[in-house]
Amino acid sequence: MNALLLVIIPLVGAGVAALWPNNRTRPWLLPIVGLAHVVLTGWMFLDPPEVASNAWLAFDPLARAVLPAVSLLFLVCAAYGVTYLQIRSERPNRVFVALLLAVLGLLSAGHQARHLGLLWIATEGVTLAAVPLLHFNATPRAYEATWKYLLVGGTGIALSLLGSFCLGYASLHGGGGGDLTFVALMSQGAGLSRPWVLTAWVLLLVGYGTKMGLAPMHTWKPDAYGEAPGIVGAILAGGVTTVAFTAILRIRAVIAAAGEGPIADRTLLAIGLFSMLVAALFLLGTRDFKRMLAYSSVEHMGILSVGAALGGPGLAAALFHVWTNGLTKGTLFLSAGNIRRAAGSPSMDQVRGMAVLTPRSAAIFVTGMFAVTALPPFGPFFSELQLVRAALAGGHGTASAVFLGCLLLAFFGLTRVVFGIVDGRPRTAARANGKRFVETAGVIAPPLVLLGMSLWLGLCTPEILREAWAAAVAQLFPTSTP
Amino acid sequence: MMLMLDLILRLVLWLLLAPLLPGVINRVKAWVAGRRGPPVLQLYYDLARLWQKGVVMSTLASPGFVAGPAVAWVALTGAALLMPLGPAGAAFSFRGDVLMLIYLLALARFCTAWAAMETGSAFEGMGAAREVSYAVLAEAAIITAVLSLSVQTGSVSLVSMLAPSAGAGAVLLAAGLFTVLLAENCRVPFDDPNTHLELTMIHEVMVLDHSGPPLAVILHGASMKLLLFAVLLVQAVLPMGDMSPLAATGALAGGVLAVMIGVGLIESLLARLAFRRVPLLLTTAFLLCLFALLVAWKGNRV
Amino acid sequence: MNETLNLLIGLAMGLNLLALGSSRLPSLIQAMSFQGMLLGLMPLIMEHEHLDWRLGLIALATIAGKGVVIPTLLRRAMRAANIDREIEPFIGFVPSLLLGAAGTIAAVALSQALPLLPEHAGLLLVPGAIASVLTGFVLLIGRAEAISQVCGYLILENGIYLFGLLLIRSTPLVVESGILLDVTVGVFVIGIIVDRIQRAFDSLDTRKLTALRE
Repeated sequence: MNALLLVIIPLVGAGVAALWPNNRTRPWLLPIVGLAHVVLTGWMFLDPPEVASNAWLAFDPLARAVLPAVSLLFLVCAAYGVTYLQIRSERPNRVFVALLLAVLGLLSAGHQARHLGLLWIATEGVTLAAVPLLHFNATPRAYEATWKYLLVGGTGIALSLLGSFCLGYASLHGGGGGDLTFVALMSQGAGLSRPWVLTAWVLLLVGYGTKMGLAPMHTWKPDAYGEAPGIVGAILAGGVTTVAFTAILRIRAVIAAAGEGPIADRTLLAIGLFSMLVAALFLLGTRDFKRMLAYSSVEHMGILSVGAALGGPGLAAALFHVWTNGLTKGTLFLSAGNIRRAAGSPSMDQVRGMAVLTPRSAAIFVTGMFAVTALPPFGPFFSELQLVRAALAGGHGTASAVFLGCLLLAFFGLTRVVFGIVDGRPRTAARANGKRFVETAGVIAPPLVLLGMSLWLGLCTPEILREAWAAAVAQLFPTSTP
Repeated sequence: MMLMLDLILRLVLWLLLAPLLPGVINRVKAWVAGRRGPPVLQLYYDLARLWQKGVVMSTLASPGFVAGPAVAWVALTGAALLMPLGPAGAAFSFRGDVLMLIYLLALARFCTAWAAMETGSAFEGMGAAREVSYAVLAEAAIITAVLSLSVQTGSVSLVSMLAPSAGAGAVLLAAGLFTVLLAENCRVPFDDPNTHLELTMIHEVMVLDHSGPPLAVILHGASMKLLLFAVLLVQAVLPMGDMSPLAATGALAGGVLAVMIGVGLIESLLARLAFRRVPLLLTTAFLLCLFALLVAWKGNRV
Repeated sequence: MNETLNLLIGLAMGLNLLALGSSRLPSLIQAMSFQGMLLGLMPLIMEHEHLDWRLGLIALATIAGKGVVIPTLLRRAMRAANIDREIEPFIGFVPSLLLGAAGTIAAVALSQALPLLPEHAGLLLVPGAIASVLTGFVLLIGRAEAISQVCGYLILENGIYLFGLLLIRSTPLVVESGILLDVTVGVFVIGIIVDRIQRAFDSLDTRKLTALRE
């Protein structure tokens, strides 16, 4: 029941937002609903409910290990959203607020979905609900980005539907009843028809991989993140991509139960490393600091995929990384949004000296950049360290070397762009803009809070989180408990 | 003696009946347009008139200008003799005669193009270039069609290939061969036989400078080619071998008539394609024949 | 019954090629809408022994949605955008037709590798589905104009629908209707974006969408 409430509360909030008459007070719905969601998630996190094995929607261990991070990220972004929408008061925000809340509801549904069809519906819903968020700025560039997002994302989502059907047919052909809940599919295990399982895995990996932004299906990401408002980028990078990641994790567990685990792991490892490499190379070339964040997101999706390929310990590290990456990415997107607004351009050819114009945002941006490139006291360092250790313990020496090499390249790429825009003397055009942009507490506190959470996760990871991740690993690897 | 008689009868049949077909097409077109139209025997009158005229030759032209149409006509007549006629079979039949047929058609085309280039006129050269470039695609289609018939029957001789129906792929094959027929005989939507604008012509522009008996030979050859393709199409689709001789003869005649009416209807209802879209339609014809081939191949294996 | 179904699927595959080869937008939309109607008939033929109102509803919704509503929307968008000239595609018509034919052959070959239940043996559903998905891809990648790309996307979805027919007996209606709803909403969203692109760029030629690149 509570699982359903997590979906219904934001959707009701979306409905209220759609009907709310006042453009100025409407944004306050965001933090109100976000807070309710966090409270409910937190309560369910501390006191995990019983999960009926045949439930289609439930707060199961995997949802428990990931959904609170999304919920927290949303709350902070919602607080930022209030100030942001006040700054952008010239644009009507009815659709924006309503759909942002709808995204939260559908994300909760996607994270808790224990049925292949329901998972697909939720993911497709998120994809579609995010469309008007992307072109909030209503510039030709924003429409271009939205069109590419729709075509690539739509195709990916179509392929994942085809893959779901293939998995369903694998169950039918293997003598099952075609029950598409993950529990039923896993219990059928080796009874699933092998050719269909492999076909399904390829299609589902490509489909949900597109949503997640794994290379080479990542092409929509730089465009969409580059043109969307910072708050949307933060939620897409921290929330929408993780729903696709948990989808892949659930499907991988079915494939592994069917006895094709090694193949699944090998493809995940290969596609993860490939994503990291592609992202690192593009990071070395890009001149746009918002697109830079998109490539960084591709890189971290690669890290997650590598972690998922490494069995139990790797998976625990990957779940850890979902938290650290989501929160740190949120910091970066929100502070980058501030800088973009003050500078009037996203390109390092036009933006310089932001340390002078927006000292606080620039400081947060630089610190966040160091956090995301795994500087020690911050969360990402520990999650990536744990991941490399899992890789080495699993005997993946070469993979670890490639992994670390890509991280290094990405570090070069990120520092090149970040210091390019922060250092130096401000341009005169940007200076006029920068004066108009005041760094109020409303735009500084949210990214700072996220940064603080990332630091806190790194310094003292709460035991209950570790326990939640271990429970999720146990759910996905029913035979071998790590 | 019987053999000679058979041969002569056949030749007379082909040579005399062929010019009837354009007349039938024109009749259909006139009927659709609500006109009276030219008489069905118009081409016979034209041929008789042309035969009595003299020949005007370009000073540039070599004897090939006259030899080309003559050789093309002989090649087409030879091809006609290879083509079986329902229960009567073919005048000559041997293993692989279908290849001979394709090559004779290609020879006829080559000679027409050659004669066109002899005039040294830019228009004729353009027409020849167009004709040959479309022929490349049309030939691919017809070779695939023949291949599918051959796979279907397991034979490479026309008489046994054309006796049964084309099986499950008959519809595909019929559509493909009909498109090829339209293209090869320069009918709408590939070419407009009535056009008088040199820039848009294909076949007609090649024969602009011919006159008198060579032109008559060309026109007669073209009508024979039309008959040849119609006969091929009808026999490929209908199961001639299973019918009584009388029924088969009737079916053949009726089929050819139906094809001509179809050509006339298409000509009345469709507009000519833009040049750059012609390859698209020919590729479609090729694909139709290709799928007919696949169906024949698959059908045999199951 | 299998022959009728296979005939319909064969027709749908033929329409794929027609869609690939049609150089004019109205004929592309026509092919797509006709294909949608064929797909709507299929569940009725497949399950003609135990028909019930749910099946009838799905068939009706499919025919109305894929065959009537969506094509009408696209035609309206086309008229609003005033597309009367042909926009040259990235992949020419002849190459895309050849690609489509090769895809169809490959689909037949590929489907040999996938085992079917005895009651589905001899059905062309799997090759038809793969061929439609490939056709959709060729249109999505090869066409330069937004409405053609949408048509490609819809043909891709038609392919998935064809495949979904294999599961018609086992998937509960809830999932099916949810999927249908999502697809419909998707098309509406796409339609709105097409409209916005038209207003922002004064054209639906997606080759003009080139501001975003490295």
